[in-house]
Amino acid sequence: MLTLCKGEFSVERDDDRCIRCLVCVRQCPFDVHKYDEEEDRIYSDESKCVGCQRCATLCPTDAITIRYEPMEMKENANWKTYHLTNIYKQAETGGVLLTGMGNDKPYPIYWDHILLNASQVTNPSIDPLREPMELRTYLGRKPDLLDIEDGDELILKTEISPQLKLELPVMFSAMSYGAISLNAVKSLARAAAIAGTYYNTGEGGLHKDLYKYGKNTIVQCASGRFGISPDYLNAGSAIEIKIGQGAKPGIGGHLPGEKVLEEISETRMIAEGTDALSPAPHHDIYSIEDLRQLIFALKETTAYEKPVGVKIAAVHNSAAISSGMVRAGADFIVLDGLRGGTGAAPLVTRDNVGIPIELALASVDQRLREEGIRNKTSLIVAGGIRSSSDVIKAIALGADAVYIGTAALVALGCHLCQKCYTGKCAWGIATQDPYLTKRLNPEIGTRRLVNLLKAWSNEMKELIGGMGINAIESLRGNRLQLRGVGLTDTEYRILGILPAGE
Amino acid sequence: MQKIAYKKDISGCAVSGILNTNGKKINGGYIIRSIANMHDRSNGLGGGFAAYGIYPSYKEYYAFHLMFDDLNARERCEEFLDKNFLIEKDEDIPTRKINTTADPPILRRYFLEPREEKLNKISEDDFVIREVMKINSDIEGSYVLSSGKNMGAFKAVGFPEDVGNFYRLEEYKAETWIAHGRFPTNTPGWWGGAHPFALLDYSIVHNGEISSYGINKRYLEMFGYRCTLLTDTEVVAYLFDLLVRRHKLPMKIACKALAPPFWDEIDRMPEKEKKVMKTIRTVYGSSLVNGPFSIILGFKDGMLALNDRIKLRPLIAATKKDFLMVSSEEAGIREICKEPDKIWSPKAGEPVIGLIGKGVVEEG
Repeated sequence: MLTLCKGEFSVERDDDRCIRCLVCVRQCPFDVHKYDEEEDRIYSDESKCVGCQRCATLCPTDAITIRYEPMEMKENANWKTYHLTNIYKQAETGGVLLTGMGNDKPYPIYWDHILLNASQVTNPSIDPLREPMELRTYLGRKPDLLDIEDGDELILKTEISPQLKLELPVMFSAMSYGAISLNAVKSLARAAAIAGTYYNTGEGGLHKDLYKYGKNTIVQCASGRFGISPDYLNAGSAIEIKIGQGAKPGIGGHLPGEKVLEEISETRMIAEGTDALSPAPHHDIYSIEDLRQLIFALKETTAYEKPVGVKIAAVHNSAAISSGMVRAGADFIVLDGLRGGTGAAPLVTRDNVGIPIELALASVDQRLREEGIRNKTSLIVAGGIRSSSDVIKAIALGADAVYIGTAALVALGCHLCQKCYTGKCAWGIATQDPYLTKRLNPEIGTRRLVNLLKAWSNEMKELIGGMGINAIESLRGNRLQLRGVGLTDTEYRILGILPAGE
Repeated sequence: MQKIAYKKDISGCAVSGILNTNGKKINGGYIIRSIANMHDRSNGLGGGFAAYGIYPSYKEYYAFHLMFDDLNARERCEEFLDKNFLIEKDEDIPTRKINTTADPPILRRYFLEPREEKLNKISEDDFVIREVMKINSDIEGSYVLSSGKNMGAFKAVGFPEDVGNFYRLEEYKAETWIAHGRFPTNTPGWWGGAHPFALLDYSIVHNGEISSYGINKRYLEMFGYRCTLLTDTEVVAYLFDLLVRRHKLPMKIACKALAPPFWDEIDRMPEKEKKVMKTIRTVYGSSLVNGPFSIILGFKDGMLALNDRIKLRPLIAATKKDFLMVSSEEAGIREICKEPDKIWSPKAGEPVIGLIGKGVVEEG
């Protein structure tokens, strides 16, 4: 059938600069560039271009420019190109439209409406270049109080639940081996080990080469139960039950069969080439009391030596759900917001379901405090954290730590073309094609991720030092350090912050 | 918006304290001289004192020092007190008219015993705290200045020496005195906002600003405390109440929660100590008081002085025989004791603790 969709990008080649090295031809997994030997000329099929910028970035003579040039229709406030192209595609295929990465629609981004405080005169700011500045964070259930006996020496009589030690309050989000390449997972695992934090396996099981990073691993248990065994559960430092994901609340994980090659089939314990579609709910969790049973089944399996947490997508009643999860025994809670990424999700779900993480975080933290159970769990937020200042704002709103997924992939080279679900990632990240995966050298990937965490860590120290705070726990939930600009009264109330000027 | 966050008070200050570790009584004139010698650290917008052992004949009763804006407030508050307590005695707090304290509020003291029938399922102390919070937040124009047994807080707008003179403190004798001179920068002087801040037997004077106020306050709210006095000092008092009285932590451990060692130091500690410190920081992270402070805490058994973890405000301690003195500046000590046996600058985050009958148990 003739497609009525035009490509979204134009490819401009400066023929004076082009030396016919054919890097672009070899690098493009979408077959945009073709070399005609007779004419000694490179032709580009723009309709196939996804805008990943791989060719433009690698072109040694800077001859290629990729421009976003969507089909320009007669102006119409209701019928945008987005809607027209989607309808054309659906009319041509009859399918559910797929996409990758997080929601890219212009919903409010509250981080950009929140400003931070700094100390002046009455209270000295603290200089992180000259004074100690502490970001270390412990995640896990904390008791209400400690029983300590005083005498010649102090005797601690309270034994506290297992805790995860983070040298900075940033971890790598769940991204499964399968959705991303083994080299990408190795980069995350090694970077987590060097930086003193954790990466999360996602729901894809644990490749045999990755067991050695167990100390810095959070293993996930999702509805598909791919690759789960007692060895797997005991391999990491914590277990995360995945109920939902910010990019696609209400449905399970999708791994297209194209990506299920031999090693993935072995790791996930499924046949090669089959689509790995996790059920929408866990089929043993139809209620909060069922969740409690799974939490304790996992605790039993790991001898109560590891924190067990629960991840949900941020949805309308996250606060009530979170309270239930804490009471069901979750040692940490992960809230994944509207802008959380994914390897593959139905476009309609990604673009329309869930709520912004800032609002979910503020209401969950407040609710748990009102119920007096905030200390019984740690609160981790994910979904669109882009910078160290987003991290600082999240912590001041009430998070213990954040997960970064997209930001980590961007550090590895991702250019957010949103075509992860095709398995053709030109950057070697969201692909299993050996020709593509070798583009990501895990040594270099590790270094890039460690650099990112180091840079953020230094920036966070500058920010909290500026507030006159030298330990991250004094920022956690300290909403007085935040002020809002351009929000409504209702938003101020939900965020629990004051407008700038007050 | 008021519900979300009180605009907290920002102030610089002078603090001073004297304790006799054998429980000998000290005349109020000394503490006035000590704090007056640091006159320039205050700006006339607040001064105050707390004294322990001043009501020996009523030592079984909760001594409530109350401040009323007007007769109306007094009437409503007395009705409330009568409903919840047996009032053993009530009287005006004696004052003298001086030029510098304009327009004083009504100042009364009550010696109270909680009504038996009100105490099912709640301890006497918890009951008293709850009632204090109710008066402060619900009865307009009424403020509890102190509520402990055999002790009292005296505070006002003015320089501390004038406040001492106003309350005729030279007529009192106490085993522990603490004092405060205030230099607020952004709030109008308010009698209730002066220090010390007192709750049950604890009274606290504080020089500093708390950068962690936002989370300390939310943490305390989880345990039922309501912060209403527009000052971050009350947060410190509530933290001591929570950690020491309710959670029963040893006082020096409570100090470690408020001003913990750095992780670097903890990592180098011997195994057992490391575990204790790590656990305290992990569990009591929200009670870390971040930002510059020096505080003096008075309580029925003695006195404690503490700096923030990087000593961003001054604090000096000295001993002479069985006296322990602490002060913002050495001048505050030398004024009343020319030749101390020992004078030193306590380390950041290390408490100085003097106990009646036990001496100086921690030197900081």
